[in-house]
Amino acid sequence: MKFPIRLFPENTNIDFVSKRHIAIVITALMVVGAIVLLFVPGLNFGTDFKGGILIEARSNEAVDVAGLRKTLDSLELGGVELQEFGTNKDVLIRMERQDGGEEAQNKAIAKVRETMGTNYEYRRVEVVGPRVGEELRHAAILALGLAMLFIGVYVAVRFEWQFGVAAVIATFHDVFVTVGLYAALGLEFDLTAVAALLTLAGYSLNDTVVVFDRIRENLRKHKNATLKTIINDAVNQTLSRTLMTSLTTLLAIVPLVLFGGPALHGFSVAITWGIVVGTFSSIYVAAALLLYMKPLRGIPSGIGKATEAAV
Amino acid sequence: MLQISRWTVIFTLLLSLLSVIYAFPNVLDKAGQEKLEASMPSWLPLRAVTLGLDLQGGSHLLLEVKTDVAIEDRVNTLVDQIRSDLRGKNIAYENLGQQNSKASVTITKPEQMAEARRIISSIDQGLVVEGQGSKLNVSLTEVAIKEKKRQVVEQSIEIVRRRVDESGTREPSIMRQGDDRIVVQLPGVSDPERIKNLLGKTAKLTFRLVNDDVPAADIAAKRSPAGFEILQSVDEKSGRAEVVSRRVMLTGEMLTDAQATFQEGLPVVSFVFDGIGAKKFAEASSANVGKRFAIVLDNQVISAPVIREPILGGRGIISGNFSVESAKDLSLLLRAGALPAPLTVLEERTVGAGLGSDSIQFGLIAAFIGFAAVVILMLISYGLFGLFAVISLFFNLAMIFAGMTLLGATLTLPGIAGIVLVIGTTVDANVLIYERMRDEYKNGRTLLGALDAGYSRAMSAIIDANVTSLIGAVLMFWFGSGPIKGFAVTLSFGIITSLFTAIMLSRLMVIYWVKTFKPKALPI
Repeated sequence: MKFPIRLFPENTNIDFVSKRHIAIVITALMVVGAIVLLFVPGLNFGTDFKGGILIEARSNEAVDVAGLRKTLDSLELGGVELQEFGTNKDVLIRMERQDGGEEAQNKAIAKVRETMGTNYEYRRVEVVGPRVGEELRHAAILALGLAMLFIGVYVAVRFEWQFGVAAVIATFHDVFVTVGLYAALGLEFDLTAVAALLTLAGYSLNDTVVVFDRIRENLRKHKNATLKTIINDAVNQTLSRTLMTSLTTLLAIVPLVLFGGPALHGFSVAITWGIVVGTFSSIYVAAALLLYMKPLRGIPSGIGKATEAAV
Repeated sequence: MLQISRWTVIFTLLLSLLSVIYAFPNVLDKAGQEKLEASMPSWLPLRAVTLGLDLQGGSHLLLEVKTDVAIEDRVNTLVDQIRSDLRGKNIAYENLGQQNSKASVTITKPEQMAEARRIISSIDQGLVVEGQGSKLNVSLTEVAIKEKKRQVVEQSIEIVRRRVDESGTREPSIMRQGDDRIVVQLPGVSDPERIKNLLGKTAKLTFRLVNDDVPAADIAAKRSPAGFEILQSVDEKSGRAEVVSRRVMLTGEMLTDAQATFQEGLPVVSFVFDGIGAKKFAEASSANVGKRFAIVLDNQVISAPVIREPILGGRGIISGNFSVESAKDLSLLLRAGALPAPLTVLEERTVGAGLGSDSIQFGLIAAFIGFAAVVILMLISYGLFGLFAVISLFFNLAMIFAGMTLLGATLTLPGIAGIVLVIGTTVDANVLIYERMRDEYKNGRTLLGALDAGYSRAMSAIIDANVTSLIGAVLMFWFGSGPIKGFAVTLSFGIITSLFTAIMLSRLMVIYWVKTFKPKALPI
């Protein structure tokens, strides 16, 4: 075995562009799927966004979730949801926000504690008012929107507007499909989920930028080649590094899915999925979109010039 | 790109070395960290990065100051002022009253209208007086309201700080957020019930005379004579109500001290008035011997003892139905002072210490496995150059910890996820550089030419990729609170330092490798 090992083939000559119709169908299916999932079953909003009370408790023995549910239901505190969390000794209790302000929340928590007795250790208590929940929802949507806008503007400035538009669409695709995953798996959609989406918005573009960079370079180098050839060549030439960079990140994040504990589970699952989808969209969505938008050729950007001169 | 100035080399090495030194305390246990911090001179602050409440355990409270109530209070005193000023100038009026943050009065004689208007306007500069027939509407100007609200929030923060400090919480953090919100962070507090109770009370203390001449039937029907009001007793069981004068003899602001103590074996709160308070207390008690006075806290009567003799020393005792704990809390509230407006808790997040240390454990295991996997991948894919990338990665992690420690940033649970992610993305820059070297070498460049082109040509893609990641992280910082901010900080740090280590540090290693071994072929 020759060392170092090439994990990905080097001289590929895959006609990605011609297969774009298949990719478009897959993309469309995923996006439509995500839209449907947003309605049925819908996103499982966490306490952060919904408002309400969340208690994470650990018992010193296995928790009889059904029995505990019955007991807590009898307290008549409105909708109480129970869920095993991590191990069978941990239980997550979610309650709707109680009517009657701050005092009512405290009373409800105290009542639950009293009922559950001393066998439990209270590991986490969160109380979020409806106003804060609503503010966080707005801020989350705004932050995601702005992230995509700024990324698009940045790419448009560094490349050309067509690249910017393609980048925004590809990023939107990645983020949206990941939101779909949250709905599909019923993962709790909370602040950490938004952090995952914002991370993805930035990260999923890394591969795209590498491909774009090569397309720009090839546009300048091969003035007579067709756009299709240029895009195909660029994707093929950068394929091994696109896959390699995604693989390094996956290798780092997958242990977090497996061993990171329940608190970061949703986050790491979303990032893992997003990396895979992002790699796919870099190759198919972003690059293929350029074909339809026909970027101007041979306009050297400032950076390109500088590096050319330095060589 | 292979030419590198001596100063750049020195700078790069120095920075890398320093970051390892500054990051070092983080690998020690608690005792080791304290020992190290104690033995270091103050100009070399070696300590571990601050852990967020989600990792060390603690309670986070988001409070809102009800500034509207303070504005209404202000208008309330304004009404009193208008009453006494109009009376003083013999101006006939009726229907003087208040609706929320507006006061209004009807001037009975039209010829006194202009003067009344002048008198009211001169009470305060921040007043708007509008005529409407014979009625005058008085309200505060926008500027005055804004200024008042600002003051109220600032005072509230001060009072909250005193109360939390007095409650014995270690290293609390109390900060303003937005216009009228206060964030209170209480490390190590796993049950914030007591603090919430302390903060939930306005603690406005007043001493007022009791009217014992009102028949019980009137009290039950909530009918009180003019100038008096009916207040409930704190003691819920007795269900007693007292008819209390609206005129305040003394307020809690005149207290200089309050302590929980015992009288006849029962917990009580002793207090001391300042000079003015003591004088007023002496006058009021001398004039009202035999009558009862009520000690009123937040519109509830704590106790209403009979004045047996004039109280001259400015000292007194509040006895009520106290437990040791509640006597302590009341004395604390009196010492810390009254809030200018009520507070409500909008959000509470409490994490037990057990969950925090579990989270660190999980995060560390995952980070180690991820790190090992990335190291193996880089070594088998790029051999020696992979080792360079791995060494850069190690320094990058050191730099993240060093930088966060020096800037006083907080490491949170999502922050650990951020570090894990950075482990994966740091080597990406190296991957891009090495792959580019391969391309250039394959296309017929010399070894040196390929190495050089690898760095210079991969640069634009590396920078663009990292800037887009940074955009996401910065928006997260702006949007998020607490743990999410911690993630954004860690990620941003990691992105910036990874650029440095991947480009500067690994390049330095490549250059020295070329100079020392004079290789003939690209080893990747």
